[in-house]
Amino acid sequence: MIDLLFELSKKGSNKFSMPELDVPEVSVSAKRGTELDLPELPEVEVMRHYTALSRLVHGVEDGPYPLGSCTMKYNPKLNEVTASLDGFTGIHPLQPADTIKGCTEVLKLMHSALCGVLGMDAVSFQPAAGAHGEMTSLLVMHKYLQSIGQTQRTKIIVPDSSHGTNPASAVAAGFEVVTIPSYPNGMVDMDALKAAVGDDTAAMMLTNPNTLGIFDKQIAEMAKVVHAAGGLMYYDGANLNAIMGWARPGDMGFDIVHVNLHKTFSTPHGGGGPGSGPIACKKFLQAYLPYTDLNYREGVDALNSIGKVKAFHGNFAVIVKALTYILALGAEGLKDASGKAVLNANYLFKQIASLYGEQYRHCMHEFVVSASKAGEDYGVHALDIAKAMLDEGIHPPTIYFPLIVKEAMMFEPTETESKESIDSLAKTMSEIFSVAASNPDALHAAPLKAYIGRPDEVKAAKEMKVTALP
Amino acid sequence: MKILEKLQYLPSHEWVLVEGNKAKVGISDFAQHALGDVVYISLPEVGDEVTADESFADVESVKAASEVFSPVTGTVTAVNDALDADAGLLNQDPYENWIMEVEFTALSENLVDAAEYTKLCNE
Amino acid sequence: MNYTPHTKQDEAAMLAALGLKSVEELMDAQIPEELRLKGGLPLQKGKSEMEVERQMRGIAAQNVKFEHIYRGAGAYYHYIPATVRHIATNTSLISAYTPYQPEISQGILQATFEYQTMMCMLTGLDASNASVYDGATAAAEACKLALDKKRRQILVSGAIKPENKKVIETYLYQMNVDLQYIPVKDGKTDIEALKGMLTEQTAGVYVEQLNYYGIIEDMKAIGELTASLKALFIAGVNPIAAAILPSAAECGADIAVGEAQPLGLSLSFGGPYLGFMTAKMEHIRKLPGRIIGETVDKNGKRCFVLTLQAREQHIKREKASSSICSNQANCAILASVYLATVGAEGLKQVATQCCSKAHYLASKLSKLSGWSIKYGADFFMEFVTVSQNPKCLLEFLQTKGILGGLQLSDNEILWCVTEMASKDDLDTLVSLIEEYGKGGVK
Repeated sequence: MIDLLFELSKKGSNKFSMPELDVPEVSVSAKRGTELDLPELPEVEVMRHYTALSRLVHGVEDGPYPLGSCTMKYNPKLNEVTASLDGFTGIHPLQPADTIKGCTEVLKLMHSALCGVLGMDAVSFQPAAGAHGEMTSLLVMHKYLQSIGQTQRTKIIVPDSSHGTNPASAVAAGFEVVTIPSYPNGMVDMDALKAAVGDDTAAMMLTNPNTLGIFDKQIAEMAKVVHAAGGLMYYDGANLNAIMGWARPGDMGFDIVHVNLHKTFSTPHGGGGPGSGPIACKKFLQAYLPYTDLNYREGVDALNSIGKVKAFHGNFAVIVKALTYILALGAEGLKDASGKAVLNANYLFKQIASLYGEQYRHCMHEFVVSASKAGEDYGVHALDIAKAMLDEGIHPPTIYFPLIVKEAMMFEPTETESKESIDSLAKTMSEIFSVAASNPDALHAAPLKAYIGRPDEVKAAKEMKVTALP
Repeated sequence: MKILEKLQYLPSHEWVLVEGNKAKVGISDFAQHALGDVVYISLPEVGDEVTADESFADVESVKAASEVFSPVTGTVTAVNDALDADAGLLNQDPYENWIMEVEFTALSENLVDAAEYTKLCNE
Repeated sequence: MNYTPHTKQDEAAMLAALGLKSVEELMDAQIPEELRLKGGLPLQKGKSEMEVERQMRGIAAQNVKFEHIYRGAGAYYHYIPATVRHIATNTSLISAYTPYQPEISQGILQATFEYQTMMCMLTGLDASNASVYDGATAAAEACKLALDKKRRQILVSGAIKPENKKVIETYLYQMNVDLQYIPVKDGKTDIEALKGMLTEQTAGVYVEQLNYYGIIEDMKAIGELTASLKALFIAGVNPIAAAILPSAAECGADIAVGEAQPLGLSLSFGGPYLGFMTAKMEHIRKLPGRIIGETVDKNGKRCFVLTLQAREQHIKREKASSSICSNQANCAILASVYLATVGAEGLKQVATQCCSKAHYLASKLSKLSGWSIKYGADFFMEFVTVSQNPKCLLEFLQTKGILGGLQLSDNEILWCVTEMASKDDLDTLVSLIEEYGKGGVK
């Protein structure tokens, strides 16, 4: 067990020092009354602690990471080099315009690249993550609908296969959510959509390919139905890695989108963040985008803008990383990345479909299989299979999502896995399934080689010990 | 799975025990099984107005959250504070551990008796 | 440059396994003809690593990176210890996803648990989330958190940072909230005015301990007043000043929020930064986003997990209190490394240096002819001066490699001094200003 910083703390051991104070010391009248009990460690122990902790983390360079819907591709090292240039990290966000020409250049280049990839006209870089982009887009749509006198449009349509952030963001932007059913393959039930749209429809939120990795061919028709009813089309960019250079949300009929730079454009996820979730829209919505005083885009409109959703200009360093990636890959490279992402997913699906008692069919960059058919005879669940994968040095797929598939396991290998890596992944899956048949208890006991066994989550939720404080 | 004869049930798995103009409300054994280990319930407050077939509380297990619907319309006269300290009591005995008591003016039209509810659960 | 590992042969073998001849065939089978992008993306061709690095260096060089920064207003120029810069490059920590699989994520989970603990130490409160996007969104989320069915009014000090005002307004715009600003008097939140505004409908009161003008607010008085009407007191906290100023808990805060960029994160033109939120235990379920909790594994070994997940969007969907999913996890870990490196003593030294050096500069500037300090109240590391024609002066300083304070009006400048400035730096600054005032330099 790795001790907590607080357990390693020893009074007098921290030798960190600041320069001697060379001006008269001033103390303010309002003073802290309670002792600040931060841990005290020498520098070597701080480094040992975090080095030890980092060894307990499976990152993209520790092994395959086919976590569906998260696009865990390799994060090129050059991105880190450029984002840590002094000329970017040392820039104060409130510097005069003539001293931030490089920053605006980054945003201009990124603006035009994203518009090109998405088929859109204007971008806002303020949103710090995908869900933030969703909320921001919904506010943009709300402001627009208000401005054209359509205030009765209060409802957002989401398919039941959608990401949980979709309905949550809709509510955060003050809308009501109408959930419509999907077919078992995740395609939207057109009759349900036609029945759901009306005078009160503000927008439909959709990702395409959908969360099952299927490109919904009805998309143009869906857009027509929603637009005819006076609603807008919102594209959840979580699955953009499937289509870069092959198809564009703007051409499918979407009016506004968010993209996850930390998925599609190779910036690291940081163990949960920071991400960056810029939004892009068609011209008629651009006046409502978050306000910026930088001149990277036209049509900035302080009067109609929804305001700001984050201080300053978004997660700028993440944008630098994504731009570095885009410049390196270029038009052909992005298209190739999506093509290989789809190829890898199909190649993996083809090899493991039968394990799950399923028939291979085409998929885009990810696919979903159900552990229920294969597992139910042995009492083996998606969770057990996932935990057994941990022992093999592979990050499991997303499990129990989308909600419309029982015992779902969602694989997204991404384009940066090699053929050998996928072959080996498929082989491992096959071995795990044979253990499921011969010795299901071994899977129930997994993982055995990980640093810890399965944690008691009920205890965590009941006791709510969220700090090391007594 | 336990279904008590003396209670009425909503198809959404809440039970109600009617005594005069007061009704005690809880979740069924089926519900607590389906939820798994309940870790939290957001209790109503005494004096709150509840409406039949509308949500009056949320229960959470580790990986699920679910609404609890009221079988009656009326005013909350008591809540089972013990659940605030340990929502897991709902797993131990969902019938002993009622959630709220309501002075009611109307019952839900969707209530069924134990026999009918047993059928629903077996479907 | 391309990062896909496939050789031509690999690609052919994989396609053959699928009974296909080309990737186009695979795509065309799924994307309807009329939706296919014809003619390729309107982007440039790809470049070699060397070319891209040169291009990006060239772009960075178009910026002016100031060696001397006397501007704050929400983004602060502090020293970043080498440990922080080193751990910022740890590939396992930066490349992992959200720790949904606790067995192979204990490093991130434990480090975040330690972060939560240290934020609670700083603020004196009981529970912390694992971070939100930045200080402004933390303030906005806290205002939302305070709302309930009956109380729909939020009172915000008119003296908070303007960026934070804008974000709070956007977040609350669709929430059916009565958002009111408390007037400002002599650079401080007007407590008398607040008395008249607080009602039974007030859900929360948000005040920043160090306000936009750098002044230290009377947080305890505001806390007491807010508590008297059972509204929640949300304290905006600067995490470095927290080392020596009364903690949020001591001020009676129910919730503390703030921007933790000063804890080891570079300026980076505004992001990524780190929004922190801590609260009394009774509000833990309303805190947005992820929370790490301690538990044991099946063998009884201590470990950490994402807990109370049923509050979050991936389970509660439209009933979740916030839609936040990705947060600023890595920034939170870096802030922890910062705190562990400098320790309580180091943090107090940083705070004392900022405060002392700011007072030194203020006192020097106040002695210049035509210069005065705008507000008489106690300030910390930022203060407002009154002088003639700040615009020209700031442009002049810029030519000397100095980013001066932020111009607030045609005669006001908001200055910020941190530990990064030495006495010599400050003396140089003052003499440049003095010379400039005399017309000695142009």
